[in-house]
Amino acid sequence: MVTVVDYGIGNLRSLEKALIHVGSPVLRTDLAEDIAAADLLILPGVGAFGACIQAIRQHNLEQPIRDAAQRGVPFLGVCVGMQMLFETGLERGTFPGLGLLPGRVVPFELADRRLKIPHMGWNLITPRYDSALLKGLSDDARCYFVHSFHPTSIREADILATTNYGYDFPSIVARANVFGVQFHPEKSHRVGLRILSNFVALRADS
Amino acid sequence: MSLAKRIIPCLDVDQGRVVKGVNFVDLVDAGDPLEQAFHYNDEGADELVFLDITATHDNRGIMRDVVRQTADQVFIPLTVGGGLRTLEDIRQMLHAGADKVSLNSAAIRNPELITQGAEEFGSQCMVVAIDVKRISSGRWEVYTHGGRRPVGIDGLAWAAEAQERGAGELLVTSMDRDGTRYGYDLELLATLDTLVGIPVIASGGAGSLDHLRDAFVIGRAHAVLAASIFHFRTYSIEEAKAFLQSCGITVRVS
Repeated sequence: MVTVVDYGIGNLRSLEKALIHVGSPVLRTDLAEDIAAADLLILPGVGAFGACIQAIRQHNLEQPIRDAAQRGVPFLGVCVGMQMLFETGLERGTFPGLGLLPGRVVPFELADRRLKIPHMGWNLITPRYDSALLKGLSDDARCYFVHSFHPTSIREADILATTNYGYDFPSIVARANVFGVQFHPEKSHRVGLRILSNFVALRADS
Repeated sequence: MSLAKRIIPCLDVDQGRVVKGVNFVDLVDAGDPLEQAFHYNDEGADELVFLDITATHDNRGIMRDVVRQTADQVFIPLTVGGGLRTLEDIRQMLHAGADKVSLNSAAIRNPELITQGAEEFGSQCMVVAIDVKRISSGRWEVYTHGGRRPVGIDGLAWAAEAQERGAGELLVTSMDRDGTRYGYDLELLATLDTLVGIPVIASGGAGSLDHLRDAFVIGRAHAVLAASIFHFRTYSIEEAKAFLQSCGITVRVS
């Protein structure tokens, strides 16, 4: 069972259906006790960083989420859910994130005016090392991105994969049990489904 | 450039049935939107567009069911257009599982809908569809009702306003070229690319793979929408991608 934190932002239907598609039941919840009992945890997020983190705080879920990450539960942040793993978000203001990983989230600054913002569409992910999360993916694996911000000033060791859009940015981050993906695995066809199924398999391995 | 150019098949849906869609022997029911969506998904479509061509109020519930069933089983981005007039219409489609909505005449009647939709749901899910006819070199006029009704608005000015109001993408159809298979209006595409900072999806006129290539290389489009060349099986999406790749264009090969 994957526990998906549902703090009232965005539509989690596709994510839930994709997880079911790869064979995992889903519990969508905004309850601290469910998060405390989770053995696989996904933190989704769409829209603005500040709106997401504030909604998490309004639901009193910041500490439960942090506790879950720290007790070693396989944890996956998706899109803004990944961005919130970091210390600070600079979207429409300055907002403290969950601070599970050092770094901040900044807008794309593209010198090449032909590159549109948001970064939208299918782009390559280039892994830096072998990870169970990326098992079975080919070198030309592409994922579906929609975002205007990305993490920066993060620890090199926390970068699992990068993607190039004007420059290389961290598109998958990982430290121990905590993972984050900037793209939408639930919209990334076979590649995304494989990543979700690899994530679900982390529980059996641990 | 590692971001892939996108190929997006468009399915016209009437009362929950595909009316202009794939006509293949291997489909059990060629009118079933879900089956067509599966087919294109397997062939490597980068996104799907459903266009509700009847778009009456009564029909919207049927369309939502189609969207829900598709989004539950096809894991690529899905855009829905046709007859969406209010924020509530948009909300319901997004909740049914659409990733983006496409606004056309409703946005012309009420441009504030783009602004409100972008504020409420984010620019990434607001596609503004613009149908134009060429008036003279470098000038296009906006039309509605399938190219029958001019609305007296300059196409380029409307594209700029749509971006300003928060559109995340523009789906631009040349009504001069639509259905002709003479190729996309490349001057229109290239002009728009210079004008706006958001992706442009080319539509109207694709008849060959060269036309797709030209839309990307000369028109500098980010994506191409195509109906008949895929529906009539002139080419498969796989063939189209193999050709584009041979021309040095980055595509997703799944």
